[in-house]
Amino acid sequence: MLVVACIKQVPDTTQVKIDPVTNTLVREGVPFIINPFDIHALEEALRIRDRFGCRVTAISMGPPNAEATLRKALSLGVDEAILVSDRCFGGADTLATSNVLAEAIRRLVKREDVGLVICGKQTIDGDTAQVGPGIATRLGFAQLTLVDRIEHFDPEKRVIRVRRKLEGRHEIVEAPLPALITVVRELNRPRYPTVPMRLQALETQITVWRNQNLELDENTIGLKGSPTCVNRIFSPQREKGEILGDGGKDPDGAARLLVEKLRSKDLLVV
Amino acid sequence: MTPNPVVFGVILVVAFGLFALSCYRRFSLAAVGKPDDRFRPIGTRIWNMFLYAFAQKRVAQRPFGLNHVTLFWAFLVLVIANGEFLVRGVFPGLSIYLLPAPVFKLLLLAFEVVSLLALVASLIAMARRLFFAPPYLSTAYVKATSFEAFLILFFIIVLMLAYFGLHGAEIALARQQGADWMPVSGVVARLLGGVGPEGVESFAALCWWVHAIVLLVFMNLLPLTKHMHILTAIPNCYLRSIDKPNTQPREEFRKGESFGVGQVDQFTWKDLIDSFSCTECGRCQDVCPAAITGKPLNPRQIIHAIKSNLLANGEGLKRGEKPALPLIGAEAEGTNTEAALWSCTTCGACLEVCPVLIEQMPKIIKMRRHLVEMQVRFPEELLGVFENFEGRSNPWGIAPAERTKWCTTMNVKTFEKGTTEYLFYVGCAGAFDSRQKQVTVAIATILDAAGVSWGTLGKDEKCCGDSLRRLGNEYVFDKMAQENVKLFRDKGITKVITQCPHCYSTLKNDYRQYGLEVEVLHHGQLIEQLLKSGKLRLNRQVTDLGKIIFHDSCYLGRHNDVYDAPRNVLATATGKAPVEFSRNRANSFCCGAGGGRMWMEELVGSRVNVARAEEALKETPDTVCVACPYCMTMFMDAFKDLDKERTRVRDVAEVVAEGLRQG
Ligand code: SF4
Ligand code: SF4
Ligand code: SF4
Repeated sequence: MLVVACIKQVPDTTQVKIDPVTNTLVREGVPFIINPFDIHALEEALRIRDRFGCRVTAISMGPPNAEATLRKALSLGVDEAILVSDRCFGGADTLATSNVLAEAIRRLVKREDVGLVICGKQTIDGDTAQVGPGIATRLGFAQLTLVDRIEHFDPEKRVIRVRRKLEGRHEIVEAPLPALITVVRELNRPRYPTVPMRLQALETQITVWRNQNLELDENTIGLKGSPTCVNRIFSPQREKGEILGDGGKDPDGAARLLVEKLRSKDLLVV
Repeated sequence: MTPNPVVFGVILVVAFGLFALSCYRRFSLAAVGKPDDRFRPIGTRIWNMFLYAFAQKRVAQRPFGLNHVTLFWAFLVLVIANGEFLVRGVFPGLSIYLLPAPVFKLLLLAFEVVSLLALVASLIAMARRLFFAPPYLSTAYVKATSFEAFLILFFIIVLMLAYFGLHGAEIALARQQGADWMPVSGVVARLLGGVGPEGVESFAALCWWVHAIVLLVFMNLLPLTKHMHILTAIPNCYLRSIDKPNTQPREEFRKGESFGVGQVDQFTWKDLIDSFSCTECGRCQDVCPAAITGKPLNPRQIIHAIKSNLLANGEGLKRGEKPALPLIGAEAEGTNTEAALWSCTTCGACLEVCPVLIEQMPKIIKMRRHLVEMQVRFPEELLGVFENFEGRSNPWGIAPAERTKWCTTMNVKTFEKGTTEYLFYVGCAGAFDSRQKQVTVAIATILDAAGVSWGTLGKDEKCCGDSLRRLGNEYVFDKMAQENVKLFRDKGITKVITQCPHCYSTLKNDYRQYGLEVEVLHHGQLIEQLLKSGKLRLNRQVTDLGKIIFHDSCYLGRHNDVYDAPRNVLATATGKAPVEFSRNRANSFCCGAGGGRMWMEELVGSRVNVARAEEALKETPDTVCVACPYCMTMFMDAFKDLDKERTRVRDVAEVVAEGLRQG
């Protein structure tokens, strides 16, 4: 059985500023990182591999420099890394992206038995949380989103039961394989690469798939295949903060005020 | 008196044969280690050997050490006496009496004197172990009153007594030449006065045989006990690391290799000889902040474990077998616990006191490397720290864009190639830690006041990688060091001021391994220069900080010998020399943050920073002065814990900046 982890290279958004004049993202000089949720997807795939002895493929759609992200995946121990990269994939919204990724996974399905696809719950640059479900829909896989625990996984009986982390509650759901899950950070603690794995990863061949390989209709991919259009990007005006009490003179009083305030806004539930 | 030379000849050959065999066994085990060049430069090495081995520089630094110096020198003189004794046993004609009379008489006198001294010294040593053994003589693996220690002392005492007995008898039988020069034996001779000649004769024979047998047994015990150091200490001083072991050697990252030290033959041969040289004196244990505060680390136990591991695995390793006893991780004699390895603050105190120049801390780092690079086994709080260092080049994972936030109140220039003289390397703490940012501003103010041409790297500054290297994450350190060295070269940087002793030591010592030769100054050193040359003039004398005590940071002091600069600066700024801790300068006690301990939990034992803060409080200071961001955090935390927050903590630069204020 093959487990596929979908990962994305994203700009480190804590370092992204919005240009106040042009209202566009200032990406210059901003380092790229692996989408933080995807690290957990990758980790879970590897854990399943470690337990059940399946294979893991990491797949990423992006520009050629997204290779760095896949190298990281290789250093953590995935068996195969595929970069889906073509100029004509550029400018894709979530629909076009899921079209491409779904097709890439379909190619893998033709090659071997794909039992599980794992994605991060969302990316930190787009924050839509649509690509995972989009892929599942296009592949006809069961989709289990926001997973914070895998309760049961049985590759023989082909079934998965997970716990979903919803607002204020959990939900336990079960689905037949093949399935796609999207995961939250609480799911696991990612591993750290050994140096031999890192050195190995530097030399491993990363497979690159272009549209030549996927043969998708040009109208369903890239900018053309993306119905979403962005009108304007801007930084929201921040509400001015408020100073509560005097922590220096009366720390207890200030703490009490703070607790009350947080309660009144439903930010603290006790 | 002479025994049958043939019989004794056979005994001698057997004894020396066995001795040679056990020496060979041990030393050939050390040969399983990795290569290391420890033979050049010869001149410096001979000097080290003289200073540390023969002059016993470090041994003598402790009051009781004099007892050992006495024994050591007595031993050297008695090597001649005993050599002659053994030779004469086989070739009765060959003796010192062939030498001109004045010479052999002087020798006889010398033998008498040193034998007496050795006798007294051994008795004192025995009494010390019995009645007033200091706690550091004992560890989990050996007690001060161990059988082995007493056996050896007992042998020395018997040897001396037999010597006097034999010569006393010879004098009594009027066979001793130069008897006038043998006062102690003379006394024995007089005591034998009442015994008939036959009795004296048999007494002489008894003494002769006791002396001979004890001597040969003693010799054969050496390689099997901690007294192996009698054979290895002198070479070990010769082979010492010429550079201070304040940095670690680079690793080459080639595929298919193993990194760090995970089994005993991955140490260098010198590391293994070190393990044979330990005298079990306990000095390192006595100064180790981890051992003192009840952590599972004891540097001498590390050395002992390496030796036991080598003894257990060495023969197998020679045959190419896998080691049966793991070096790290098992709960057995001859292995190191992971917890011990993670407790080290890399303060270097152990290196500073070891009388035979054993390098304890570097071995700990080598094993950490293995845990991090091969096993991915480290305290879990380090995972995030490692990711932060690698991803964002600072331990907290703060966005690099925020590196320049400290200077919102100042006009700070970026370093310009060709025009700026000094790079001010702010460091992670100076850029991100809110308290430390005040120190950064103080330094910047001083530099401006003195008209220094300086600039920073702004957002492009990266972490120096100190913590990573000391934590054994050499792979990531290596990447960071290469990037930094390239950046420094591209920018044409030749002079650097650092705020933090850890950056200072890393840029100065570690980066030299990457070919970077720049002049690095800690801010304390530059300020001292500026004050001396008159470029920096203070507007007033700083008196409002009260009684100031100065804490030596390990990475400034012990690791780089910078002791006076910060003290001079404080003296100039305040008009009087700072008060000293009882443990100061090279004997300073770590704050607990070094070696990446800053980023780890400290859950076992008492806290190192609290121990140091309590030591400060004994001198009733109003202000503790530091020169290191980590030390500052550690002291502030400790005073908070102790509810002594009224004791201020200031960086040296802040004191000087105070002096720049008007009025
Ligand atoms: S370097 Fe310091 S903490 Fe580490 S073993 Fe030596 S004395 Fe102990
Ligand atoms: S390592 Fe050095 S200081 Fe420590 S016990 Fe051995 S000889 Fe003494
Ligand atoms: S923080 Fe300061 S005292 Fe503490 S280890 Fe570093 S230099 Fe030593």
